[in-house]
Amino acid sequence: MNLTELQRKLLATARANPPPETVPYAFEKRILARLAEAPAMDVWALWNRVLWRAAAPCVALCLTLSAWSYFAGTDAASPDVLAADLESAVLAPFDHLGDSL
Amino acid sequence: MEDAGQNEGSTGTQRVKGSAAAREREGLPASGAPSAMAEGATGERPDGELIAGVLAGDTASFEPLVRKYQPRVFATARRYARRESEVEDIVQEVFLKAFRKLSGYRGDAPFEHWLMRLTVRTCYDFLRSHQRNREFTFTDLSEAETHWLDRFAVSPAEVSETEAAARELVAHVLEKLSPAARLVLTLLEIEDRPVKEIAALTGWSPTLVKVRAFRARAEMRKCLERLTREKKL
Repeated sequence: MNLTELQRKLLATARANPPPETVPYAFEKRILARLAEAPAMDVWALWNRVLWRAAAPCVALCLTLSAWSYFAGTDAASPDVLAADLESAVLAPFDHLGDSL
Repeated sequence: MEDAGQNEGSTGTQRVKGSAAAREREGLPASGAPSAMAEGATGERPDGELIAGVLAGDTASFEPLVRKYQPRVFATARRYARRESEVEDIVQEVFLKAFRKLSGYRGDAPFEHWLMRLTVRTCYDFLRSHQRNREFTFTDLSEAETHWLDRFAVSPAEVSETEAAARELVAHVLEKLSPAARLVLTLLEIEDRPVKEIAALTGWSPTLVKVRAFRARAEMRKCLERLTREKKL
């Protein structure tokens, strides 16, 4: 079968038969009724919009804080210093005991 | 797809304050107050005045706008939806959106263009949301459609393009296409719109329209290949 001709013929068929412009009776009244019954403000839609708008700043803040803590952490204290601090804090009561004995 | 209302800008002060030419085209005089000359020959209120009324809080001014443009919106929606209930849902969605986004209409183009852009984008959204519901298979073709195809296989020149069977067949083939392919084929091949206009209607770039048109033709051809294979033609 000649598919190119079939395609051309089918598109020509669609072109030759435009859809009707008929409108259901009093359709505009239905639209106006829908507009009248619609709430002035949809709270959930508003909440949804606010959440989406807040998403990007939250992600940016999260990334900034992560980067800051990562880089600041390596500069301020090395793992050795932190370990020594921890050890002296944990052993502080025993130092006191040692002095009294 | 981007929203037509968003593209039009959203500041209330911009509304219906485009160029003087656009205002006159809309029936709104350049100086501001509506004049008798701006009214249509039928005595109907011009679009600009109705839009200004709606924006001022007079919802009833929206009714003449709906009455005036609903035939075109219905015809466009019927290109993409077959069931009348779906068509009515699309048209209702278009007008509700138009009402909500009316403040974004700047008035630098006729209101009809703005509304048609909204219509096409709503139809595209409809196609995308219903693309999984396309349950029709080519084995479900009616006898009349199969007979039309048989006659086409024997003598392509003799089958008529105006037959109901041909109309049904093309509707079924278009239903099998992806939303983007269906939209671009409808606008380009069936409605004979230029690429630039399709780009404006859809929000796609002209290059994207051309690429999608090329793919759409290939998709339709593949669809027809499957059809003829299933029907053993």
